[in-house]
Amino acid sequence: MVSEPSIKITPEVVIKVARLARLDLTAEELARTTHQLADMLEHFRDIDKLDLADVVPMTQPHPLKNIFRPDVVVAGLNHQEVLDNAPATQDGRFRVPPTIGFDV
Amino acid sequence: MLRPRKMADFACHRLSVLMSNQMSNQMSTPSFPTVTELVADIRHGATTASAVLESHLGRIDQREKDIHAFNVVTVENARTTAARIDTDIAAGIDCGPLAGVPIALKDNMCTRGVPTTCSSRILEGWKPPYDATVVTRLQHAGAVIVGKTNLDEFAMGSSTENSAFGPTRNPLDTSRVPGGSSGGSAAAVAAGFAAASFGSDTGGSIRQPAALCGVVGVKPTYGLVSRYGLIAFASSLDQIGPFSRSVADAALLLEVIAGHDPMDSTSIPQSAPSLQNALSQGVKGLRIGRIVDLPEGSEPEVLARVDVAFEALKSAGATIIDVTLPSLSFGLTAYYLIAPAEASSNLARYDGVRYGLRVDAEDINAMYGATRGAGFGDEVKRRIMLGTYALSAGYYDAYYGKALKVRRVIADDFARAYANCDVILSPTSPTVAFPFGSKTNDPLTMYLCDVFTIPSNLSGDPAMSVPFGTGAHGLPVGVQVLAPALGEQAMFRVAAELERAL
Repeated sequence: MVSEPSIKITPEVVIKVARLARLDLTAEELARTTHQLADMLEHFRDIDKLDLADVVPMTQPHPLKNIFRPDVVVAGLNHQEVLDNAPATQDGRFRVPPTIGFDV
Repeated sequence: MLRPRKMADFACHRLSVLMSNQMSNQMSTPSFPTVTELVADIRHGATTASAVLESHLGRIDQREKDIHAFNVVTVENARTTAARIDTDIAAGIDCGPLAGVPIALKDNMCTRGVPTTCSSRILEGWKPPYDATVVTRLQHAGAVIVGKTNLDEFAMGSSTENSAFGPTRNPLDTSRVPGGSSGGSAAAVAAGFAAASFGSDTGGSIRQPAALCGVVGVKPTYGLVSRYGLIAFASSLDQIGPFSRSVADAALLLEVIAGHDPMDSTSIPQSAPSLQNALSQGVKGLRIGRIVDLPEGSEPEVLARVDVAFEALKSAGATIIDVTLPSLSFGLTAYYLIAPAEASSNLARYDGVRYGLRVDAEDINAMYGATRGAGFGDEVKRRIMLGTYALSAGYYDAYYGKALKVRRVIADDFARAYANCDVILSPTSPTVAFPFGSKTNDPLTMYLCDVFTIPSNLSGDPAMSVPFGTGAHGLPVGVQVLAPALGEQAMFRVAAELERAL
């Protein structure tokens, strides 16, 4: 269906990207993503034919500058209501698994 | 350039013609009251907010099991609100411009204490501790919120087939999709479950389902409506807008939610535009742009309806001007690099720490990976991967950086076109509503649904879909009216004229 993509998307590349995204993929997902990512990036090369040398990148439609609110104290979120949504809490804080002592 | 698989699509349509004909009774659109009619009737005592609510809840009872427009119907809250409004009206208190109107909200807008899921397992059960600005404004206007509507997970999709809680079906033909990602909001209005609804539009997620379900759908100018409390997908593209049964309703609803909000730093610092006044102004003297280099691949019946729309506007006194938008077809690529890039960053917050799903593991990194692997569906994973790749070291300039430049080229093309015309007309969607499963095998085929809607998200300009007759199988066709930034008044003048011409 798809011709051999010239962008090299290997399972190793996909594993690296999944690691950056903190996203565990199953073996089946890894195989499918490798194929689909290559397929999509190949299609997306259509913009290579445009001459973009002097074009300024556009990051947002209507850039507004220096958006500040008045420096006054306003009520924040209810502490307990926020904690009620957490998977695990302890002593009024979020509880997480160990964050040190393993390979990153 | 991407092309839809025309032959396969048409074969698919032929096969389903018989089925569709048999369903013709179901496909005739029943007429439900509009927002403006309900507001007047409730205000003048012809009916009550509670009675109006019950008639909508009755239709939900009847058909929701077949349609699945909602993730949750907030029956008790709605009854309490409607009763309070009736008491206030009886006491002579003005309850606002939407007093007693049943309204549904896409389930990616925060509602305090009411579950908000984005149709994702990763947010299942989460109860926001605050309301979105749009929700607050609707409540102050007297709206009765009836529930939270289904969507493609995190608004990523064009058919609502990507919901973790099952698809929504098109009320006009339940063998077909309602479009997406705001499919539940479009279906809720088409089925008479709510008088109006709200969705979000990142690449066409309001306009395309509106077209497929035969209702009005508006994506306002970027920054016109506050996004505070809208769960972010792609922050430089997302915008909230209404679904309704009439253009006048859409104008009223947009007036209620538009206007500056200090809680959203991208909110344009000016008050809401006056839109209802524009509706009766006609189109005499307006210049309507016809895109001569429109990307190919639309169904002929869809293009035929757009031609009829041009004729109607010409008869009403508008001038038709040919415009070229040579970069239009490159919008898909720019969008499918920019939106996933922004999404991969926005969705980093779902880490199993503060809310939502957690899959426990021995250390925090393993917990992140396991939680996100279990909590996100296929399409969301696909876009996080694509976006992370496009932003990663060594590829940034080749993909994301280049896409931002294409975005500028497209915005410049529009600016050039608008030097010669006031609005532009195009199809909203290249096809009418399609059968379930017909585009799910290849992500690129699904992405093509958005070819005409994506460009105005990239440019930040407003656009709306107006139902304008039917195409293949008697299914609704939407005509899209596009306008330059803050050009909502001209856009609504044209939309109102199209509605009158039907």
